Amino acid sequence: MNGDNYDSSIDCREALHRVYHFLDGEMTAERRDQIARHLERCAPCLRAFGFETELRKLIADKCRDEVPEGLRLRIASAIDHEHKQRLKTGGMAGGTEL
Amino acid sequence: MADQENFAEDTSEFMGSLYTAALRMTRNPSDAQDLVQETYLKAYRGYAGFEAGTNLKAWLYRILTNTFINTYRSRARRPEETELDDVEELYLFRRLGNREDGIGRSAEDEALSWITDDEVKAALESLSESFRMTVLLADVEGFSYKEIAEIMDVPIGTVMSRLHRGRRALEKALHDFGVARGLVAAQ
Repeated sequence: MNGDNYDSSIDCREALHRVYHFLDGEMTAERRDQIARHLERCAPCLRAFGFETELRKLIADKCRDEVPEGLRLRIASAIDHEHKQRLKTGGMAGGTEL
Repeated sequence: MADQENFAEDTSEFMGSLYTAALRMTRNPSDAQDLVQETYLKAYRGYAGFEAGTNLKAWLYRILTNTFINTYRSRARRPEETELDDVEELYLFRRLGNREDGIGRSAEDEALSWITDDEVKAALESLSESFRMTVLLADVEGFSYKEIAEIMDVPIGTVMSRLHRGRRALEKALHDFGVARGLVAAQ
């Protein structure tokens, strides 16, 4: 965070710029190692990465909704109905529109 | 080729996350239920065309997303992306996380512990549609960039830029809630 160069291959600015890609697991193993090496030596960046990790976890955990029981039943019954229609019409009901 | 007889069994585990996504997309429980039901019906009809062993969750999300776009988007249209040029990277961390209290990782939990479920949902729902869906697929559902690109039918570069901007907007929205509740200093 203070702009110092802790590692010959990557600086704070670059490490922080790549925090999302790092957490997303969307980078090469080589780049990942570079960042990991930087984090071993740079406490401020490590704190930033830790914060972003917690934030990501919090967003995923706090964004869940229970399926209303009525919806499960409605879907089961709609599929059952569809299935019976198909049997009646020899499997030609509906379509495969996606 | 997937066997239609197994459809209910194969797909039931994804209903919770599909319903969550539908709620964030439509921002309305009644529309969300209709959207999930329609998604399951379309998936059932097309299940014979699904290649067994490939990514079933991503396939279901693609149907959900297409159905949402075709059915609900025109109704729920909102102004396009807000201006985000003034929202910097690591927006929340720069305001909440950079405290020198020297107590290690617990400081991070502490800095975010005030955020409620409703605030996370509302912050996500405050994003414009393309950002909201992209951030949801990545951060809530854990899809890879490539999977999101396939689900939303956009290039990977678009996924990355939407994530980059959408996450900053989400962080700013969360920060604004903290300020509004007097828990976080305005600047």
